[in-house]
Amino acid sequence: MSAVLNDETKKVLTTPLVNDNPITLQVLGICSALAVTSQMSTSLIMALALTMVTAFSSAAISAIRNHIPSSIRIIVQMTIIASLVIVVDQFLKAFAYEISKQLSVFVGLIITNCIVMGRAEGYAMKNPPLESFMDGIGNGLGYSLILIIVAFFRETLGSGKLLGFEVFKLAKDGGWYDPNGLMLLPPSAFFIIGLIIWGVRQWKPNQVEKVEFKIMPIAHGEGGHH
Amino acid sequence: MEAYISLFVKAVFIENLALSFFLGMCTFIAVSKKIATAMGLGVAVLVVQAITVPANNMVYHTLLKEDALSWMGIKGVDLSFLALLSCIGMIAALVQILEMILDKFFPALYHALGVFLPLITVNCAILGGSLFMIERDYNFGESVTYGIGSGLGWALAITLMAGIREKLKYSDIPAGLQGLGITFITAGLMSLGFMAFSGIQL
Repeated sequence: MSAVLNDETKKVLTTPLVNDNPITLQVLGICSALAVTSQMSTSLIMALALTMVTAFSSAAISAIRNHIPSSIRIIVQMTIIASLVIVVDQFLKAFAYEISKQLSVFVGLIITNCIVMGRAEGYAMKNPPLESFMDGIGNGLGYSLILIIVAFFRETLGSGKLLGFEVFKLAKDGGWYDPNGLMLLPPSAFFIIGLIIWGVRQWKPNQVEKVEFKIMPIAHGEGGHH
Repeated sequence: MEAYISLFVKAVFIENLALSFFLGMCTFIAVSKKIATAMGLGVAVLVVQAITVPANNMVYHTLLKEDALSWMGIKGVDLSFLALLSCIGMIAALVQILEMILDKFFPALYHALGVFLPLITVNCAILGGSLFMIERDYNFGESVTYGIGSGLGWALAITLMAGIREKLKYSDIPAGLQGLGITFITAGLMSLGFMAFSGIQL
């Protein structure tokens, strides 16, 4: 394995996890991160699907990168990505019909997920196939990490379950936990991602955005000495 | 007629693409710093959405749906798995054509919208609108209503968001929450506000 996992590969695999996370820092691919996370099972499938599509599309685009005329590259990338998404979509419909119904249009929306396009345009067009494949996997994992964290909080706090197994015994079944219905609704996903971003930036202060507008401290009058 | 009005109100407020389905979030967050630009992008999305959803509806119903090719004498063919590819191709082509038409005949509008148009191809609100149209099996009239309604809803949401963000710069936000973090929390509160519309029936 050591021949495959050289420094570059290791770098592209691990930096997207925290240091350059596609969701919390690059602000890419948020749509689906918010929409599918009310349950852990849908999030896991979505994370897997996106990782696969990103990895294979990056590899495919990188393999033909020297033959794509730059004026039509977006269309070419789009076609490759869309074909891969169709494969994933059909696969899910065949083998995991229930989950594909719950994910509804969001599998199709992987096509316009900015992570896939962003990696194709930003990395795969300049690097060889194997590195691009690993870069796709790395970014997919960074995305998956956030998805899994959000889904963990939303499902356990919202319905007292995780992957369908009971974690907290609900009050209506004679237990003690009163589920927080807000967690299953759209706004909670925004709050949780906002808080994750806050947490990550407290931990890694170099990710904090520059303040573009600062309020002058209030000038104290004569009585203002403390 | 009533059904159309109901669908329209539903598309604008109750099932707002941005705030209850989180579609087009990347641009929603990135381009909502100023009201003027946000409104420009909002209008561009509205226009593209109003054209692409009905166009995709026509393609889907005349070519791709199960037995849709029977007018050509071909029976039992189901091409609906190609919907994803045809939708995105249609959107990319229409955006390109729209860009050229605007450039040629409405230069002022082109300069106002120009920078946003290429962004719109990869805006998931546009593709999402078309996919919802297919999933919910709208007919042509409904797809026109849904296209305009959902585009308007998205435009409304991003303009409101920009308004809030313009005021927000006067507030003292913790360093880690600066920028992206507080934007998410604001969007969450807005989405909470829009949920007040749910349950409205006309």
